Amino acid sequence: MFESLSDKLQGVFKKLANRGKLSEGDVDAALREVRLALLEADVNYKVTKDFVARVRERAIGAEVMRSLTPAQQVVKIVNEELITTLGAPAKIDLSGPPPHVVMLVGLQGSGKTTTAAKLALKLRQSGQRPLLVAADTRRPAAITQLEVLGQQLDIPVHSEGTKVPPPVICAHALKRADDAAYSVVILDTAGRLHIDDQLMAELEKIKRKVSPQEVLLVADAMTGQDAVRVADEFNRRVGLTGLILTKVDGDARGGAAISIRAVTGVPIKYLGVGEKLDALEPFYPDRLASRILGMGDVLTLIEKAEAALDQEQALVMGKKLIQGEFDLEDFLRQLREVKKMGPLSQLLEMIPGFSQLKTELTPELTDRQMKMVEAIISSMTVEERRNPRIINASRKRRIAKGSGTTVQDVNMLLAQFRQMQRMMKQLTSGRGRGLLSMFR
Amino acid sequence: MLGRSKKISQSLTRTRRSFFGRVTELLGVSEISDELWEELEELLIQADVGVKTTVELVEKLQEQVNKARIRDAEAVKEILKRELIDILNSKVQRSDESPLLTVILVVGVNGSGKTTSIAKLAKYYKDRGKKVILGAADTFRAAAIDQLKIWGERVGVDVIAHQPRADPGAVVYDTIQAGRSRGADVLIIDTAGRLHTKYNLMQELKKVRRVAAKNAPRAPHETLLVLDATTGQNALAQAQHFKEAVDITGIFLAKLDGTAKGGIVFAIAKELGIPIRWVGTGEGLDDLAEFEAEAFVEGLFE
Repeated sequence: MFESLSDKLQGVFKKLANRGKLSEGDVDAALREVRLALLEADVNYKVTKDFVARVRERAIGAEVMRSLTPAQQVVKIVNEELITTLGAPAKIDLSGPPPHVVMLVGLQGSGKTTTAAKLALKLRQSGQRPLLVAADTRRPAAITQLEVLGQQLDIPVHSEGTKVPPPVICAHALKRADDAAYSVVILDTAGRLHIDDQLMAELEKIKRKVSPQEVLLVADAMTGQDAVRVADEFNRRVGLTGLILTKVDGDARGGAAISIRAVTGVPIKYLGVGEKLDALEPFYPDRLASRILGMGDVLTLIEKAEAALDQEQALVMGKKLIQGEFDLEDFLRQLREVKKMGPLSQLLEMIPGFSQLKTELTPELTDRQMKMVEAIISSMTVEERRNPRIINASRKRRIAKGSGTTVQDVNMLLAQFRQMQRMMKQLTSGRGRGLLSMFR
Repeated sequence: MLGRSKKISQSLTRTRRSFFGRVTELLGVSEISDELWEELEELLIQADVGVKTTVELVEKLQEQVNKARIRDAEAVKEILKRELIDILNSKVQRSDESPLLTVILVVGVNGSGKTTSIAKLAKYYKDRGKKVILGAADTFRAAAIDQLKIWGERVGVDVIAHQPRADPGAVVYDTIQAGRSRGADVLIIDTAGRLHTKYNLMQELKKVRRVAAKNAPRAPHETLLVLDATTGQNALAQAQHFKEAVDITGIFLAKLDGTAKGGIVFAIAKELGIPIRWVGTGEGLDDLAEFEAEAFVEGLFE
């Protein structure tokens, strides 16, 4: 799911990542593409506009200049803003004394009836005693549909036919739940247009009668620009407490998730991911955000790096860096730390901007190169490692022989090291691009 | 004809006021400037026209305006109108031949509005003196058969149905046989909603189509994809996949009354070349209109 948006943004950021430094113009050009990618993914126009503005504000200025790589910094900002927009994860609120009333509302065909059954199953699995309520008296055979699903799950369905007004049915159901000790009452209401005043008033009436703890909007993940208007109107009339996004399994884009959440401010609680009745998944904004970005979770990379790097060593290294004493021994140590973080190929996937490198270098090759570097440094004397300047032609020949490489390989390594030393100096002077750039 | 246009026009009132109304306003009062183009682009996108179509449309418009040195925003509006009509019209192709037994296959994703749309079509043909039979080939979704049967009763047409979970192909076969023996003119087959990304379900749909093709000459004569008008850019992917699988002959744009937008039809016509055939304009059985490009576009600008 959501692959297309991921692809799009990845394409955008490949362009970014290949640049060393970002000018204001670069940021704007990139953000224009971000904007188009988001719009194409059905993210609402206004939400997109706000989003891009927020990223721009943060991307242009000191923050980018001080980042590891400018592109990485922008990715982080986009990722963070996406997470912010998607909001904190939330579960169904079942606090207080039972029975808890969960009311499902939404447009026709958004998937309310199927979702009601899925939710009932989910809640029963968590130890609740659910009662399904057939409050859709309008759509032909909607009641039968819920009854059939209830039978399949062996979950009772409260129905009173199509003649009794839905608010009355719901009130009766609540009474029944009280009497028979059902802990959760799930109301399957009729699909209706957000602009249908009469039917929206019916929802308000149901709400007044049974005071639902949760009023969940069931929305189709494929919804276009109008999603926000629908959500906004339902929110205004009946006060939404959450959102369930359906048909996520078939959708290549996640725009509706971003926009509805942004406009209503209600959390997304579940994702419907299939026709089977157990295909209801909890919603994790961070997961979804990184999935939408598709370029790997920058935060995961940083977390991994932090876990692998020994704190004490980092301190020593930091001191050396400041004093400009970073030598080949440190380089070797750093190399080994990086290796601890996992296979290089996997690491590259997590670093925006290395996608291109990944296509140029096969993982085996890259890993082999790292091994070679390790062998070469290991074949040096301690003195040579601490002061590479003393390595002359004769020493190079010896090192090459010792490590099973060639003099050219040794030369290349020394050149890389000098480049890295320069980078480290830049880093300490606050203008550099940092640790990860050494793989460039 | 007039009634139909009026209906489309009515269903688009909301669209006009909220969105295209703003375009009209914009074109009416603004000078031709960069801001105009940018805002126009944004407004079109907000109507679900789609980024690609919008950009192409605006660029073409700019070109024409520059070439003809148009200064008048009103004239720009006329050109845009013509462009929009062109997009929709170039795809409309209606065959006048009417076979003895017309088989209409109705397909779409879950919840797009297939069953209700079928009821409307049944009423439409019945009102025009045709004998209509419905085939309940959605044997998957709980109570889908019951739903179609209730509509059949309301419209007053026969419904051929099997048990839930029965083979949809067998339902199609039986519907065609029943159509022959009962002397029907139009058969409308309801299929189960399926996401276009589900390989197996799309294969099943192909089989349903094959059964129809085998048992009636040149059938299915129409394969309609029912699209929810609220759907965004994903509608293109839907249309594309269904087209590949069962050769869609037209779009039934459902639930146009509920959303202020209808912009997706331009993207579908332009990028996939599938004509829009019908528009669902409400919850009632008569809330159906044959799609008319001129009326549709004219309605946007009124």
